[in-house]
Amino acid sequence: MLSISNLHARIGEKEILKGLSLQVNPGEVHAIMGPNGAGKSTLASVLAGREEYEVTGGSVLFEGQDLLEMAPEERAAEGIFLAFQYPVEIPGVSTTNFLKTAMNEIRKHRGQDQLDAVQFLKLMKEKMKLVNIDQSLLSRSLNEGFSGGEKKRNEIFQMAMLEPKLAILDETDSGLDIDALRIVAEGVNQLRSPERSTIVVTHYQRLLDYIVPDYVHVLYKGRIVKSGPKELALELEEKGYDWIKAEAEVNQ
Amino acid sequence: MNPSFSSYNQFKDQLLAAFQTNEERMNGESRTPVHQVRRAALKQFDLLGFPTIRHEEWKYSNVSGLFKEAFELDEQSPITSDDLASLEIPNLDGNILYFVNGKYHPELSRIVSPASQVQISSLADALKADADFIGSHFARYADYQDNAFTALNTALATDGAVIRIPDNTTVEQPIILRFITDGRQKNIASQPRNLILVGRNAEVTVAESYRTLGDRASFVNVVTEIVLERDARMQYYKVQNETEQSYHIGTTQVNQTDNTHFYSATVTLNGNFVRNNLNIVLNGQHAEAFMYGLYMPNGKQHVDNHTLVDHAMPNSYSSELYKGILDDNGTGVFNGKIYVRPDAQKTNAYQSCKNVVLAPGASMNTKPQLEIFADDVKCSHGTTTGQLNDEALFYMRSRGIPKDEARTLLLYAFSQDVLSQIKIQPIREYLENVVTQKLGK
Repeated sequence: MLSISNLHARIGEKEILKGLSLQVNPGEVHAIMGPNGAGKSTLASVLAGREEYEVTGGSVLFEGQDLLEMAPEERAAEGIFLAFQYPVEIPGVSTTNFLKTAMNEIRKHRGQDQLDAVQFLKLMKEKMKLVNIDQSLLSRSLNEGFSGGEKKRNEIFQMAMLEPKLAILDETDSGLDIDALRIVAEGVNQLRSPERSTIVVTHYQRLLDYIVPDYVHVLYKGRIVKSGPKELALELEEKGYDWIKAEAEVNQ
Repeated sequence: MNPSFSSYNQFKDQLLAAFQTNEERMNGESRTPVHQVRRAALKQFDLLGFPTIRHEEWKYSNVSGLFKEAFELDEQSPITSDDLASLEIPNLDGNILYFVNGKYHPELSRIVSPASQVQISSLADALKADADFIGSHFARYADYQDNAFTALNTALATDGAVIRIPDNTTVEQPIILRFITDGRQKNIASQPRNLILVGRNAEVTVAESYRTLGDRASFVNVVTEIVLERDARMQYYKVQNETEQSYHIGTTQVNQTDNTHFYSATVTLNGNFVRNNLNIVLNGQHAEAFMYGLYMPNGKQHVDNHTLVDHAMPNSYSSELYKGILDDNGTGVFNGKIYVRPDAQKTNAYQSCKNVVLAPGASMNTKPQLEIFADDVKCSHGTTTGQLNDEALFYMRSRGIPKDEARTLLLYAFSQDVLSQIKIQPIREYLENVVTQKLGK
């Protein structure tokens, strides 16, 4: 589904990704872990098409298409979803109105009919249950004055509505208490399917207690330096990142 | 003598001559108090002349473009209701008065409210029917000593709307004053003059709308005087959607007394040069004024909003929010003055001006001016001018909303703080449509 090979990217003069390769197949959950500054959020941003990042080398294929040639909105329409680490507050635009616009734009891109108000509301009601989100929250300006937990729940709610093929969760656990974390993880798990892939970017192992990955990758200095089964996350939790760093330096 | 100076003088002479022509046509009216005021105002206009950018109040707004055009000052328009079809606001009900080139056209207008609720007439008719009454209000509120355009309007005012609401009356239907300039054949100047008197504990909604037909130049110099007697409430909207050849200079002067509430929205969608003065005197206790504004100059348009709130008595409240969207080489000015007089203890006054600048050629000048002479007051002001939030744009795009759509949605949301204040639904919807269209360009 997603094939990243030898990806190089920089922001300004600073090179952050230095030859990253990753293969994600349908239905798989991949966790990307690593110390601060390793390039985790950069990877998420580059995949979603954030324009501040310049790709200087390598390739990213999504279902065989060149992802890097697509505008952010085309990537979304093709089925990529980024759950933001810091969801943006948008005064004056309600979540409902925002999502309705987004869904219909995506449907237009896919040559599907627009959803009418009744269909949309029905779908919304169904998905609201997934993340236990309240109707009143969705009528308010998008993310404006939301608590940290509400913002993250809203991200997962949007993901549930848009039903992406590939979801990228960027530090979704940051700023969440354990209850909020559980609700968010529960939402993500319910959306798991044999067709849908997920990349979970996280600094800490605790999110992976709830969203159990098929693979764990360690990102360090812009490259994946170690990959393994879910147990690797536990090992990292126990031993920290220093041994990985040492190992990576030796291998260079 | 350089050409611009000569055309300046020509225009001024033409205006002074128009006064003579008006006077010669009058029979008894030239001896009325109103006409004495006109004479004084003409003298003052002659003395002041048109302001230049050396004048502090006109520093960022250069009116010299006016002198490049030759205007007809007293041109009758053969307009019919068919000509107005393109300017219609869908589903609009209520009292709708048409003024074409500044003259009232009863055959195009309709007054639906019963006379027990409101007396509506043209200024020309009111001057004939009740000159003394008009004389007791005309130019009593809008100062012409320091403002050349108000002086000019006062000197040349012959028509406009006169609206009187009796005490303890709610006017159920809104009153919409539509000022149309017929610029299909000639360059047209007009000087509409309105007087709105809201009686004790009365309530009314009034909108002024300005449009220009055709692609010739137009110059509208309007003055509206509003008086709210105690406990009165008023919604007042001023909407301009003119052309790239339109000059609009207007003053709305509001006099509020005890326990009155005034809600206003000033929306400028299109015009070559627009200057809105909104002056409010809170001349009573527990008087409240809310002022909203939206302007969106693009191309080479220039929009200048000057507001003045004069807190003259204790316990009064004012709140002001103006928002601007500036594109291409559009320029904007916001100048917000708040006076708090020594007696006006317990004043609350808030002012905010927020702008989004979309292009490197566009610019905005903001100037809050607070002059506070009382010590127990709460006043705040803030202005922001920035670009569209890139992070918000990316967020929306990452959800599948194309860049242009995202931009329009964000700016539309930005405008909603002002448009949502407009309680005449067909006018609000009309404005929302025009705003969306303009943003989509």
